[in-house]
Amino acid sequence: MRLNRFLASAAALALTAPLALGGSVQAQSMAPSSAPMQDVVVDEGVLRPLQIAVVPFTGQNGSQISSVISGNLKRSGFFDPLNPASFVETGLTLANAPNFPQWTSIGAQAVLYGGVTPRADGRIDVGFRLYDPYRQCQLVSYQFTATSEQWRRIAHKISDVVYQRLTGEAGFFDSRVLFVSESGTQLNKLSRLTIVDQDGYNPVFLTQGDEVIMSPRFSASNPDEVTYVALGKDYSRIYLYNLSTGRRESLGEFDGQVLAPRFSNDGTKMAFSIIRHGNTDVYVMNLRSRQLSRLTTDPGIDTSPSFSPDGNQIVFTSDRSGSARLYTMRADGSGQRPISRGGGIYTAPAWSPRGDLIAFTKQQGGRFHIGVMKSDGTGERILSSSYFEEGPSWAPNGRYIAFARQSPGGDTRLWTVDLSGRVVSQAGYDGRGSDPAWSGLLDAPPVNLGIGQGPDSCSA
Amino acid sequence: MNASTLIRLAAVGVAVTSLAACTKPKVEPAVPTETPPPATGPQYPTAPSTPVTGGNVGAAAPGSEQDFVVNVGDRVYFDLDSYSVRAEAQPRLDAQAAWLARYPQVTVRIEGNADERGTREYNLALGARRAEAVRSYLISRGVAAARIDTISFGKERPIAEGSNESAWAQNRNGRTAIVSGAPR
Repeated sequence: MRLNRFLASAAALALTAPLALGGSVQAQSMAPSSAPMQDVVVDEGVLRPLQIAVVPFTGQNGSQISSVISGNLKRSGFFDPLNPASFVETGLTLANAPNFPQWTSIGAQAVLYGGVTPRADGRIDVGFRLYDPYRQCQLVSYQFTATSEQWRRIAHKISDVVYQRLTGEAGFFDSRVLFVSESGTQLNKLSRLTIVDQDGYNPVFLTQGDEVIMSPRFSASNPDEVTYVALGKDYSRIYLYNLSTGRRESLGEFDGQVLAPRFSNDGTKMAFSIIRHGNTDVYVMNLRSRQLSRLTTDPGIDTSPSFSPDGNQIVFTSDRSGSARLYTMRADGSGQRPISRGGGIYTAPAWSPRGDLIAFTKQQGGRFHIGVMKSDGTGERILSSSYFEEGPSWAPNGRYIAFARQSPGGDTRLWTVDLSGRVVSQAGYDGRGSDPAWSGLLDAPPVNLGIGQGPDSCSA
Repeated sequence: MNASTLIRLAAVGVAVTSLAACTKPKVEPAVPTETPPPATGPQYPTAPSTPVTGGNVGAAAPGSEQDFVVNVGDRVYFDLDSYSVRAEAQPRLDAQAAWLARYPQVTVRIEGNADERGTREYNLALGARRAEAVRSYLISRGVAAARIDTISFGKERPIAEGSNESAWAQNRNGRTAIVSGAPR
């Protein structure tokens, strides 16, 4: 199976990603090139990473930009960036095409190079070209413009273009992760809401540690809007928090303890649970009218609701039939039915941004597992297992899942796994943390740069 | 009570205080990398409120929080995946109910807790069932419902360290915390 076709089904949905955050990175096309691609062989889940040469960019921060891109591509598991020490051709600039035999001689299946140029207005242009040295043609060229402090952000956007062009599906590098950072001891743990770039850089604490923080989530319609639960000594509160304005607002005071908030993908509704007299049920609130509707009424635990991307359905966990299973219902609470089929305890579901899959945590055989199933409960696959792990959250392109993993008696850290279960790795942020929530792309990716394009459009 | 008793009491008091100071390790917030954020809410100690049991210093003042914790007992424990009150926990809850009958101005909050072997949100719901089980029991023993509030901390506030059966057993509990009406 070819990688691009394997990935292509994802592209359409992934393109409907959120709109602009800040929008301070401008883009303009350099030389529109219709383009081909290198096929990557996926053989029963075993994939040979594509060998790519990421040439150090010229200009200020150029080599750092290349390092960030290499790191991103390597972590994705689909790419194997070659060691720059092995490069034969040096001094490659945007004005030239690569000397193709010198790149094929070291096995490079793609060559990325570029440069940083200061502009008169103080900003920088970062241009780049991506070539296929075997077919001897340009796959893409492009230029991003931003203030020089944003070089790291630009590197993420270039990584996304390369990923898009070579896999045919949307990227995910220009995104952030909200999570609960942890410090202190098991018995005296300090938890803080924290946000960090997808690759682990630029962590910022958003709360002080005077409350237990739980269940942070992004709004899919506005990556600046988040929600989380703050658990105090004698209260539990759902906050709405705007990352750019710093405005923080309580969702309201409820008769009962609140938990597990999630936005609908259009940002108009919030599903969450309220515990009343020991019974936990799912509710939904219209965020404009603040009208509250109760969706479940049975005496079992019903919690961790997650909307389908179209907003028509909700998946949640319930132990109404004994041990916890996953259920779906329509967004008005009708049509509640169990979907998970296996034994074990199923909790913490998260509906994929592509809509086709539901990720979950499963407890079985004394271990914890992160898995996915189709939205009708069929096709369950376990992607990752360990002593303890929980809380899957999807990358914006629906190919990766972030989760928290804890070693016995030890710390909890953030991990990621891809849909094949092949690429399981610790997340870019390697400090202690739990409850990851992956944002959408920070702004819309440049169109016509690879997504959905055919593999043979490189007319050398 | 003569002077020497008072002095002895004072000495023990100092010892207890310093012990308490030792058992509460200061936690340095780790690896802050960016600007400090604005305050978000009321400050309170993040340590679990493990009461200091004072030894035989003489009886805690009747009707005090210490009296309740030391002479009655504020926690009852639950079986794995269970929220029914164990038979062995009933005498303690009966004693709590009797104590609350004796001091009718006291209000309490039942804190429900779960062990770490579960996911975060689900454990919050499990802890709530334990808190409610304790509340129901106390109500069945004559405590007015209006005097009892509940909150679940899920697995967020363990009292026993470690990843083993013994720690998990201790962390599955319901704690009756005094909110008002009793001196410390």
